[in-house]
Amino acid sequence: MAFLTDRKRASGLGAAKTGTEHFWGMTISSAALLILVPLFVFTVGPMVGQDYEAVTAYFSRPFPALVALLTFVVALLHFKNGVTVLIEDYVHGLARKVWIIIMTCVSYAAIAAAVFAIARLAL
Amino acid sequence: MADVNRGNRPLSPHLTIYRPQMTSISSIFVRITGNALLAATLLLIAWLLAASTSAAAFEWVQCVITSWFGDLVFLLSIWALWYHMLGGLRHLIWDTGRGLELKTAERMGWMMIIGSLLLTAYTVIWL
Repeated sequence: MAFLTDRKRASGLGAAKTGTEHFWGMTISSAALLILVPLFVFTVGPMVGQDYEAVTAYFSRPFPALVALLTFVVALLHFKNGVTVLIEDYVHGLARKVWIIIMTCVSYAAIAAAVFAIARLAL
Repeated sequence: MADVNRGNRPLSPHLTIYRPQMTSISSIFVRITGNALLAATLLLIAWLLAASTSAAAFEWVQCVITSWFGDLVFLLSIWALWYHMLGGLRHLIWDTGRGLELKTAERMGWMMIIGSLLLTAYTVIWL
């Protein structure tokens, strides 16, 4: 042990486990969502509550389809990273790992469903 | 030694020992709104999935979305979306090293609350 420096002894034992990748990833996605969210609200929003013909016709246009697609993908990846921190803060032990796995799967499943639905409507 | 008292220490966040303040409450609501937005997101994905499937499937989801429950979820989610977005904007400002003085941070908390309510009112009227 005498040969190990204090730095070496502490390395990897912190609560964070990793460096700044998570922080930087959230910074990028939140900056993107700052543009996408207002676009989404005023592009997709008016369609909520409209009839079947209007909705299917609307999402066959490129702009609404692309705004919806981008927003769902970026927002759900942002959610995946955010909910991971939520779980890390309040859930401990095995339950923490199980919940992170569950919410990661939910996020990716939601992305897949959104992409599939929009692609089918648009094409 | 670093491994003394391992596993028997108070864990952050120490939610229960602080008096509620503008900075802490506005921050907690950023977390609550962000995570609660999953409900409306899944509802919208179900709506698009139904629209891409058939008119009958769409009718079914349409019933849920246009019910009082759907209206309530969407109304709260519109506010949550704007509030969370303004909270994210505050984080981006903080990340540049600006606005960290207590007075400014508290003022930004009030701006998030008032701004999100105004944006919600505007969105509801506009839609």
